[in-house]
Amino acid sequence: MKIRLVMVGAAALGLAACGGNTGAVSDPSDRVEIDRNPFPSTYTPYPSQPTLIKDANVLDGVGGAWAQWDVLLVDGKIAEIGDDIAAPDGAIIIDSSDKWVTPGIIDNHSHLGVYPSPSVSAHGDGNEISAPVTAEVWAEHGVWPQDPGFPRALAGGVTSLQILPGSANLFGGRGVTLKNVPALTVQGMKFPNAPYTLKMACGENPKRVYGYGGGRFPGGAPYSRMGNVAGYRTAWVQATEYKRKWDKYADEGGDPPNRDLELDTLMGVLSGDILVHMHCYRADEMALIMDMSKEFGYTVSSFHHAVESYKIADKLAEYGVCSAMWADWWGFKMEAYDGVRENIPMVHQAGACAIVHSDSDIGIQRLNQEAGKALSDGRRAGIEISKAEAWAWLSANPAKSLGIFDQTGSLEVGKDADVVIWSGDPFSVYSQAERVFIDGALLYERGNPALTPVMDFELGQPGEGDLK
Amino acid sequence: MIRTLLLSAAVAISAPIIALAQDVAIVNAKIWTGTDAGTLENATLYLSDGTVQGIGINYAAPSGTPTIDAGGNWVTPGIIAPFSRVGTVEVGAEDTTNDTSAGGSMFSVALRAVDGFNPAATSIAITRIEGVTHLGVAPANGSSMIAGQGFVTDTSGDASSVLDERAFVFIDLGETGAGLAGGSRPAAWAALRGAFADARGYPGRFMAHNEGDTLTRADAQAFGAAVRGQQLVLIAAHRASDLRLIMDLKIENPGLNLAIVGADEGWLVAEELAAADIPVIVDPFSNLPASFAQLGATSRNAERLIAAGVATAFAHLGDNGHQSRLVLQSAGNAVANGVEFDDAMAAMTTVPAAIFDLEGSGTLTRGSAANVVIWDGDPLEVSSAPTAIFIAGEAQSLETRQTKLRDRYLDLDRSEKPLAYPR
Repeated sequence: MKIRLVMVGAAALGLAACGGNTGAVSDPSDRVEIDRNPFPSTYTPYPSQPTLIKDANVLDGVGGAWAQWDVLLVDGKIAEIGDDIAAPDGAIIIDSSDKWVTPGIIDNHSHLGVYPSPSVSAHGDGNEISAPVTAEVWAEHGVWPQDPGFPRALAGGVTSLQILPGSANLFGGRGVTLKNVPALTVQGMKFPNAPYTLKMACGENPKRVYGYGGGRFPGGAPYSRMGNVAGYRTAWVQATEYKRKWDKYADEGGDPPNRDLELDTLMGVLSGDILVHMHCYRADEMALIMDMSKEFGYTVSSFHHAVESYKIADKLAEYGVCSAMWADWWGFKMEAYDGVRENIPMVHQAGACAIVHSDSDIGIQRLNQEAGKALSDGRRAGIEISKAEAWAWLSANPAKSLGIFDQTGSLEVGKDADVVIWSGDPFSVYSQAERVFIDGALLYERGNPALTPVMDFELGQPGEGDLK
Repeated sequence: MIRTLLLSAAVAISAPIIALAQDVAIVNAKIWTGTDAGTLENATLYLSDGTVQGIGINYAAPSGTPTIDAGGNWVTPGIIAPFSRVGTVEVGAEDTTNDTSAGGSMFSVALRAVDGFNPAATSIAITRIEGVTHLGVAPANGSSMIAGQGFVTDTSGDASSVLDERAFVFIDLGETGAGLAGGSRPAAWAALRGAFADARGYPGRFMAHNEGDTLTRADAQAFGAAVRGQQLVLIAAHRASDLRLIMDLKIENPGLNLAIVGADEGWLVAEELAAADIPVIVDPFSNLPASFAQLGATSRNAERLIAAGVATAFAHLGDNGHQSRLVLQSAGNAVANGVEFDDAMAAMTTVPAAIFDLEGSGTLTRGSAANVVIWDGDPLEVSSAPTAIFIAGEAQSLETRQTKLRDRYLDLDRSEKPLAYPR
């Protein structure tokens, strides 16, 4: 069977197609519906013990900072935050009087798994460059869970991350949000209930890969930024039509529309189920994309790389889009030429959503330092931001951009106990993640071989189980 | 006081003539000397005629010398980023601006990276204001495993900033070199042996055969100094077995002046590297099995190499056309992973100065070149930045294209006129 259709009941459809209309409308319970989750998460939190982190410097990720403060983790959740919390029976107590505690870092731009280490030719699974519009591909189908980059990121305090397709295409495909737990399958890492995302790309990459790739790919377009925008709009027009057919079918019945995997994804965006993450460096292009999103009735969740966000930070704040940025990358291509070290604090100052992202298997290991650079460069330019506020760049804001802030991204009672204990001020180059909890389970402890993941690839190789 | 001095320096720099180094005394400084004197607290440093003329805790510069009060902050020698492409590429992906490699060239050793050097490249000032006063700039591999000759420059941006136009020959003997040599490590080593014979046989064998085994006539001539040990040969390799072959090369050719860049598996052969007296330039960030040549990569590499007595310098090898400035952050990470602070500082000052034979650089002692950075905090800390920089005694501008872009957009007020006007 080429197309997978799943029978669902009327309640699951959530569509009000009957009730007092003409008798010509068929019973909605007969409808077929697209299975929106055919590769469901199999992740469940690992066993944990109640853990009381005592007397720490705490940054809660949403602007709060306390000294000599306690954080209690119970049953995988943040149970309590406060002064002098009494330890429940059987709790592990971690004296953290010279330590810092933060929410786990969330990187909303990673290619771990799809461009894993070692970067041999067989491992290049991050760009389906066969066409400029490949909204039908899903990053999770290319993720190699054995990438040694995952445990390195864990040692850097990263508890969740978004794996994105690359930026060769106008529509690169779906991203996937993971809990950073070692697993044999990508389903074993998938963040439960995280919405799907769609990777799109502005600018140089699509036109270079297709137009200047020698016309090797169907159509040869785009050759230009004009072609980029025409390519997006053409696809959105098709998606709008496709959605209209499915909506009509849901209302009126009849034969279901022909299934199209590419348009499924785009329809998900137009329905508000799938969040758009768009690689876009230049300010002028971001402004065009914001207009285009209004034309078709969707919202961009986050501009990625966003090297020129500082030029239009007020406009980005007004629209309500996040910018996922590096601290200091610049110059490797023309659209990155105007990079400045104060981009992140300047976006923050304008009241827009600022995120520190990596796009790098090296950078993801020290996103805290990248935030530290941005914070101090901002201060030198006269932008006063507290460390407590700045931690939002690493946890709350990326969580919001991924649609998981109701579950993680801050130290608030009831949220997932995704927590890092740092050896010192986490904005310092000298500080390291000492303990990393995911859903309350201690999954990394620096210097403890029993709590240091060693991927299959690393077994029997030089440096197996070494300090990394 | 600092502001006044820097402003006058900026004016001097913008003048068409080369500014003369000014006499200056830096007082109340915490000076990392790079010598047995260690770190001096509350010390004075006196710069005159482009050199350090005096230094000490109970030392006073001649009266009337313009003075900068460092306020107890760190003062260090200018940082040396030893493996860079800064100044030879403006925009990485734009080939017309990128002179790092030449995939279509018939030459190898004869390629001199300095011919592609633009001291006015924006990356020079952008690198300088992070405290990097000197660069080892290597060509990148294009058509040959022997990329060509690298140079050493300061980051003043002056026309005369190059200190050594032909500082080293750069060769890749890892996966890149193997690929360019025909597809295998044996092909690379055969080509290297051929190149040695060509250079040693120059010009005789070119009269007899009219061509070398590996090299063109121009390349063989250019390789002469290196094969005779009169020029540094810098070799890129990671895998322990590759590093052993390089040590064997030195045993077979004891006069060679060799150094290795990369060396992610250096810790596996650290004792041998120390015994062979071969220095290494490593990237402390490198801790992933990025290739099968780097399976043993670990953030502890630097610590173990230094403990074994290997002369170890640091470089940031990622996008080193623009981000060589991150050597300081990488050094901080090395300290977090077991390296002593003084060794991390040495890895960006005295060790690369020794590798490139830069006499007087990398230290602050009487007679040192007046390459000096005043910091607003711990130089290895990501929150720190220079407040003043001197190269050969000349105060440097702290303004770059990036700082001008920042200042233009700091307040996004478009109400009076477009933002293309303020600057």
